[in-house]
Amino acid sequence: MSDAAVSLKDIHKRYGRLEVLHGVSLDAREGEVISILGVSGSGKTTLLRCINLLEIPDAGSVTVDGETVGLHQPPAGTPRAADRRQVERLRAKVGMVFQSFNLWSHLTVLENLIEAPVHVQKRPRGECLEEAEALLRRVGIEDKRHHYPAHLSGGQQQRAAIARALAMRPRIMLFDEPTSALDPELVGEVLKVMRDLAQEGRTMLVVTHEMAFARDVSSRVVFLHRGVIEEDGAPGEVFAHSRSERFRQFIAGEGCGTASPMPAACITGAQP
Amino acid sequence: MPFDGAFLAATAAALLKGVPLTLELALLSVSLGLVLAFALALMRVSGVAALDLPARLYGFVFRGTPLLVQIFIIYYGLSQFPAIRHSGLWVYLRQAYWCAVLALTLNTAAYGSEIIRGGLLSVAHGQIEAARACGMAPLTLYRRIVLPQALRQMLPGYSNEVILMVKATALASTVTLMEVTGIAAKLISESYRPVEVFICAGALYLGLNFAITRLFAQLERALSPEKRPAPVPETPHV
Repeated sequence: MSDAAVSLKDIHKRYGRLEVLHGVSLDAREGEVISILGVSGSGKTTLLRCINLLEIPDAGSVTVDGETVGLHQPPAGTPRAADRRQVERLRAKVGMVFQSFNLWSHLTVLENLIEAPVHVQKRPRGECLEEAEALLRRVGIEDKRHHYPAHLSGGQQQRAAIARALAMRPRIMLFDEPTSALDPELVGEVLKVMRDLAQEGRTMLVVTHEMAFARDVSSRVVFLHRGVIEEDGAPGEVFAHSRSERFRQFIAGEGCGTASPMPAACITGAQP
Repeated sequence: MPFDGAFLAATAAALLKGVPLTLELALLSVSLGLVLAFALALMRVSGVAALDLPARLYGFVFRGTPLLVQIFIIYYGLSQFPAIRHSGLWVYLRQAYWCAVLALTLNTAAYGSEIIRGGLLSVAHGQIEAARACGMAPLTLYRRIVLPQALRQMLPGYSNEVILMVKATALASTVTLMEVTGIAAKLISESYRPVEVFICAGALYLGLNFAITRLFAQLERALSPEKRPAPVPETPHV
């Protein structure tokens, strides 16, 4: 267990009367790339957001990089973190990429990248700038460094957002449907960056609908259904012979993921 | 009515002497009011009922009653209370000048807090979440992410409020202050030529407010680089 970069134990989360997660446990080892799949409403985004405490679980524990988060979880009532500073410290180790990019619109791309390293991690500005320039080269938008987010395409914004998360030198990267808000022709450039990151051995948890990414890039696939993990294993195994009827239905619905005949949605290019 | 250039010039010259007081009242009340407005806006967005409700009540009272009534209550009303007459504040409150400043300040704070609140709420939730996800502490988040964006957002609304305040200073003439409108009233009672005098006074206010609008437009432009066209590529095309 000590080698787990992230360890979630028996996570429960509810919104009002609606329980979204019914006791989910998940360990991510160092270097693992885990794709989290599931239909909308299955709780996959909520699960991801529990890792960096953007959602506080009603029950269960979160351990990041060997440190368990102190939580107040009253049986009835709103759960909260015991120590804000601990949460902030752990969040700084966990990079997050959002579906809608969420770049800071009043800052240039370069300023977006150095904002948190300088003002949260208190690292020297010169060093942060150098690192930020290198990251922008890596994601291929170094020529946009002085642009504001509004001047970038969606794909460029998402690559900038990935670079911003990497600028914190995170131990773990979380991706929350990073390509879902993109025009189809821009998806590829973002997936390529993510593929490169996976290949260099980064620990990544990716909520996605990109079946090709889940199958070809991730080292492990987790399928959530109605707030419980239905399927968990290596992509080759899971996609080829899943024991879960629901998972088989899901990949048939999403399409493109199996060797089985392509559903109509794939041929027409329509989004499921 | 024959055109009387000499009278107009004399009137303009006399009214100009009131401009410093007009500006002083506006500037002082807008800046003091801004501080109070900011505190009220923070109370409103705090989500704590004990802070939110008093701020709401404040806005309700000061936006729901005429400024003229507020000036009269402060100027004529406060002296009715012995506690105030015997307090240290009386040094100020017995002067019409400070009564006017107080009324204008309290009034603009009520409107200003709504403008600031709107600015604070306009910052996209996703951007705040992204900052939290980076481990940013609440104060840093406010200072680095929320305030810079809120400030830009509220500038147009606030420039409007400043203009309204410049015009509202005219009401200070009702409590004996000789700002532009006060002087105008005096000139009229001496000359019985209200049209020319008020046209002069109106032109003065127009000039002042034109300058203020331009100032805010400049400020807005300076603070919103992201609204300008994208920079040209660094590598020149051959």
